[in-house]
Amino acid sequence: MRNFLASALAALMMIAPGGAAFAQNGPLRIEITDGVIEPMPYAVPDFVPDTPAAAEIAAQLSRVIASDLTGTGLFREVPASAHISRVTDFGAPVKYADWKAVNAQALVTGGVSVQGKKLTVRFRLYDVFSDKEMGNGLQFTGTTEGWRRMAHKVSDAVYSRITGESGYFDSRVVFVSESGPKNERQKRLAIMDYDGADVKYLTSSDAIVLAPRFSPSGDRVLYTSYESGFPQIHVLDVGSVQRRVLNADEGTMSFAPRFAPDGRTVVYSLAQGGNTDLYKMDISSGRRTRLTTAPSIETAPSYSPDGSQIVFESDRSGSPQLYIMSANGGDARRISNGKGRYGTPVWSPRGDLVAFTKQSGGRFHIGVMRTDGSEERLLTASFLDEGPTWSPNGRVIMFTRETQGAGGRALLYSVDVSGRNLKPVRTPDGASDPAWSPLQK
Amino acid sequence: MSGKIKTAGKALLVMAVLGVSACDNAIFGGGDDLGGSSANGAFGADGNPLVERSPAYFQQTIGDRVLFEVDQSGLNAEAESILASQASWLVANPDYNATIEGHADEQGTREYNLALGARRANAAREFLISQGVAGNRIRTVSFGKERPLEICSAESCYAKNRRAVTILAAGLTG
Repeated sequence: MRNFLASALAALMMIAPGGAAFAQNGPLRIEITDGVIEPMPYAVPDFVPDTPAAAEIAAQLSRVIASDLTGTGLFREVPASAHISRVTDFGAPVKYADWKAVNAQALVTGGVSVQGKKLTVRFRLYDVFSDKEMGNGLQFTGTTEGWRRMAHKVSDAVYSRITGESGYFDSRVVFVSESGPKNERQKRLAIMDYDGADVKYLTSSDAIVLAPRFSPSGDRVLYTSYESGFPQIHVLDVGSVQRRVLNADEGTMSFAPRFAPDGRTVVYSLAQGGNTDLYKMDISSGRRTRLTTAPSIETAPSYSPDGSQIVFESDRSGSPQLYIMSANGGDARRISNGKGRYGTPVWSPRGDLVAFTKQSGGRFHIGVMRTDGSEERLLTASFLDEGPTWSPNGRVIMFTRETQGAGGRALLYSVDVSGRNLKPVRTPDGASDPAWSPLQK
Repeated sequence: MSGKIKTAGKALLVMAVLGVSACDNAIFGGGDDLGGSSANGAFGADGNPLVERSPAYFQQTIGDRVLFEVDQSGLNAEAESILASQASWLVANPDYNATIEGHADEQGTREYNLALGARRANAAREFLISQGVAGNRIRTVSFGKERPLEICSAESCYAKNRRAVTILAAGLTG
């Protein structure tokens, strides 16, 4: 039952078409699997305000939705200047012929009402060439300050109906905001929407901070700070911005923390006497378990989504490579086999892939491989790319790219897991070490 | 005034023999200070680098840092020679404690470089201990690639950034 829309495009993705391939909805459909065709043309005319007070937000909403959808590389907007129909009544029937004439395969319409600080957004999605609505209309209620999140929620619903997969637009990114020259770089934690909007700072730049990581529910952030003069792991509550240092022994350094899927356990690196090993800690009790005992460097641990295994980096073979072991420690199996140095492995939210940093031939790459090490694919190449983080749906990877030389500067980039759609993420200053939140509730 | 310039020249000669990069040390970077007329102005708070008991002597005449090969934390002969002199100084000056900062160049991931810097700092610490300095006087910290000294992206800079720097802290004398 696939019509001309169905195969309109697809993003490269190395997993088998399994779960990704079945849409619950009509024929308007993007399959995010191997093989790339053209982005799907769509239109999102300005949402219709119920009252003049809602007019500004209504127009802004449609722009954010367009930015979300077009930003995926899977969709292409038919600009308003080309529209024949004007949507002036959210409840009125759609003139399909007018949208067919401009080749908009999908149409998103919306209505907006504002009462005091209360914002209500309704939207409908149409499969233009099938002359029918796709799914039911949906309504979101929130506050006027949260209007951008409402736009992202509409985008997530549209993306999900057309691709059959969950979206990633109503999400946030915690990162390290950087300023100043390379040898005196000021670093502080910041948080923003996934698209770079609404940046807020979480720490001052008095101490170096590194590599923040979200808790599974997005309410807390683990990071490494030199506040005491030594690298130590801190946990910060995103809502209250209260922070505390996790237990650490005198004379040790701890870094590279990451939450377990249970949200109560932290796995991290602890350096003692020059040797760096992996430990895990129960956050509330501070009880610590040593997971590795090799004289080599063990760092950059990341849990599998079910919490049963840990992928990490070790130079036990003589150069940094990727290994997987049980979450309780014990024997590890090496999964990286290519030529080069591998680091910062991160397990994908779907569980099928590991994203990593690879150093080879004087260049850095972000890549992905299956958890058995097969099907390695490099997605990027530059002077210095590192530290991948997965979008909540496992389709996009964000990372740090640093430029060369005395004026070198770090910025955030994102790339589809297919290797397509590489682009910078807007930040007010230099930026590094992004970590993508789960979808917000 | 001319005497001071001559003095600085001698210090520079010693530095060259030890093979420590002169430009790492502020006293050689500040020509104005060396040429200044104030007797105290020639030297920083750490004193005269020719006075053996001064921290300036430790930092500049002995050399406060040792350098490492790419991805290595082993000490070469030159590094051992510098550390042996550092150890003698620390043994002779028990009022000072030391923190060794380990650093890496920018070729490598953030996490790996933190661990590598920890290895380097520890290698220097272990050597000082082997030369008779009490272990409880020496702490280590790694900055990974976070605090490069030189900022170009070439081996000439990387070589200076792969370092372990011994920072003195006045323990008892303040």
